[in-house]
Amino acid sequence: MKEIFVDIERCTACKACEIACAVEHSTSKELFGAVFERPAPQKRVHVEPAYAYAYPVRCLHCGDAPCIAACPNGAMSRDSDSGAVVVNEDRCQGCFMCAMVCPFGAISAHPGKRVAVKCDRCTDRQKRGQQPACVDACPTHALQFGDEEDLMKEKRLSTAARVAQAVSGAVVPQPGSTPLDTLRSLRGR
Amino acid sequence: MSREMMDVASEALRDRAEELGIETGMDRLESQEPQCGFGQLGTCCRICYMGPCRIDPFATDGSSRGVCGATADVIATRNLLREATGGAASHLGHARHVALTLREAIRGSAPYGIADRGKLIAVAGGLGIATDGKSDNEIAEEVVGKALEDFARQDGEPGNWLKLHTPQKEFDMWRDLGLVVSNVHNEIEEAMHRTSGGNDADPVNLLLGTLRMGIADGTGLAMATDLQDIMFGTPQVRGVEANVGVLEAGRVNLAMHGHNPVLSEKILEWSAKLDGEARAAGADGINVVGVCCTGNELTMRHGVPMAAHNLQSELLLVTGAVDAMVVDVQCIWPGTVKVAECFDTKVITTVANVKIPGAMHVPFEAEHADEAAEKIVRTAIEAFVARKGKDVEIPQEKASGLAGFSVEAIVGVLSKIDPEDPLKPVIDNIVAGNIYGAVAFAGCPNPKIRSSAMTETMAKELLANNILIVTTGCTAHILAQAGMMSPDATEKYCGEGLKAVLTALGGAAGLDGPLPPVWHMGSCVDNSRIVTLLGALASKLDVKISQLPVAGSAPELVQEKAISIGSWLLALGITVHLAPAPHILGSPVATKVLTEDLEGITGGRAYVEYDPVKAAAGLLAHIAGKRAALGI
Repeated sequence: MKEIFVDIERCTACKACEIACAVEHSTSKELFGAVFERPAPQKRVHVEPAYAYAYPVRCLHCGDAPCIAACPNGAMSRDSDSGAVVVNEDRCQGCFMCAMVCPFGAISAHPGKRVAVKCDRCTDRQKRGQQPACVDACPTHALQFGDEEDLMKEKRLSTAARVAQAVSGAVVPQPGSTPLDTLRSLRGR
Repeated sequence: MSREMMDVASEALRDRAEELGIETGMDRLESQEPQCGFGQLGTCCRICYMGPCRIDPFATDGSSRGVCGATADVIATRNLLREATGGAASHLGHARHVALTLREAIRGSAPYGIADRGKLIAVAGGLGIATDGKSDNEIAEEVVGKALEDFARQDGEPGNWLKLHTPQKEFDMWRDLGLVVSNVHNEIEEAMHRTSGGNDADPVNLLLGTLRMGIADGTGLAMATDLQDIMFGTPQVRGVEANVGVLEAGRVNLAMHGHNPVLSEKILEWSAKLDGEARAAGADGINVVGVCCTGNELTMRHGVPMAAHNLQSELLLVTGAVDAMVVDVQCIWPGTVKVAECFDTKVITTVANVKIPGAMHVPFEAEHADEAAEKIVRTAIEAFVARKGKDVEIPQEKASGLAGFSVEAIVGVLSKIDPEDPLKPVIDNIVAGNIYGAVAFAGCPNPKIRSSAMTETMAKELLANNILIVTTGCTAHILAQAGMMSPDATEKYCGEGLKAVLTALGGAAGLDGPLPPVWHMGSCVDNSRIVTLLGALASKLDVKISQLPVAGSAPELVQEKAISIGSWLLALGITVHLAPAPHILGSPVATKVLTEDLEGITGGRAYVEYDPVKAAAGLLAHIAGKRAALGI
């Protein structure tokens, strides 16, 4: 199964993911067409502030998804091919029970139609062998896409390296070593 | 994460705005957050159409480059020079406009005159113009000629106003560094050229370009101040009130917002002339109040109340009590028009290239200044008639204090102690440590750090340590509103040494109490007054400005103009504190040169600190170092 992981240290809050997401969910699927579409295409990822950091909030496509359980109409379901939690707009009655029970705030409202709008993990793009649009757009690789086992393995390897470096006394990159770290420490929020 | 603005009047008006469903800058900041790291670091480049390019701030080995090969250093230093150019263009445009207005006035085609003959003679003398046997208009014609020459000469000779206002030691330093500016318009052209695609890619060279742009900016500041003093009078110390509470429900409230006194002086004049019409319309007269820097101009010369700093420009309108907000150039938020639409308030733009949809536009050209001013004041009276009897909410908060501390006014006060050598008492007290040093506060209120009361907190920390504060621009509004321009503030905030000096000066000046501990020296172009004062002190001591126990601070940096002013101060050797960080941190070269290496070149450096207490401590340490180096 493919997953998107977020490295919050690397998020610069440029919101390239937000724009790419809206374009991907537009009719024209290209920026200069999408900006003229009405209703305006909706983003499904929201970069939100927290202290001196920023975090792209999006659907995590939970295994036991409360939004699916809460939906009274069966509008929220799991795509059998991709495993993504998707919303069927035709069945959505716009009650936002899904948004209410979502632990992450990952579901938003369509401004014109009163239906739930959420990340579909770019099911169409994945079928074409592409990464989700947000991952493709991220200039700092704060968003990473891959097999969940690979992503978790990477985390385990970096943990192992950190422990080994601590034991061996090898040089470990310290926080504050990038310009963004400097900015965060100055802002002190 | 709702932020506070740290003053009762602003918070009351924010509550009213929320009740009425009116959006203001503080709300919009929240919707803008988090803000893009590339922009904050200065590493986004949009100057060509192979881009836009961004440099990955995590590729600290320099491997991330733009399409053309530009590094973070190239991109950030190019961007910084363009910011400084925007600032300098603003001040130079302002100065040129004033020069042209003075020329029209003396040629009889614009209704302005010469208010301060002494200043005219002094400036002419400084420029090397012989004045004997010439009429004021003849002298002024030559002064204007010298001013316009700074925008036109092609001979590479040093600019007239640069020579007029640069002490010899700093002039020599700039000559050795290749920083002497000749024609200020050429500087703008060359800066835009060298930062355009495929030109200067040497970050250090580009940083030197930013210092040059700062020096060009200094020309504009000094020229504007000088010519405005000639036309409208040199400020003298006078009482003033500050904060939104200066509005009066029963009067025609006419708020002047922007920068150029050529407009605001005329509006003030016509408000007096049309007072009877306002009374006939049921008002208790016309109440002209100042916002932002044109407010400072009116305050310095006429004691006009200081109604609002820039961040309060929308909130002032939320009262519903402003009948007209008349604007010219710079720092005019488009958002003011959206607020005005909720009331009978007219926002009136006056400059051809500063228009806002939804605002009324009354073209204001010097030759038709009277007609335009008359029309604007009548519009305000009509708006009052429409507003009369409707609900308004004016928070009663206001503080009183003294303003008008031009160099001439300061010297005037000091002359009462020592007529032969007016600066001596100041120097003696600096040497004795009663005045431990001085810090100049300039710039704006920034909504991103307003909630730490950055400016007031720093000021209180510094005063307690016997640091005298001089201020201009919107930081002057903040400090006036905080009551720090009143004689009481000397008792309340100052260390013992500074308190004693200010008490003695107040007595000499014939005041009931001490002089205030924060001296209002004017608008943002009047940062020139601060440099003139520092130059006089340094020359008297026969040291460089960089050796003085002083510093500058833009504690709540907002505008490109602060970047160009700051660059001038850095070129003069003055250490400048800034918060938020300028858009350079993505460039290791710019960061190192501006915060460290520059001190070995001009003597000044940039210092970034967001915490007000730590920032004050940092400036104190800097001043202590300067004192130690002087052996005092």
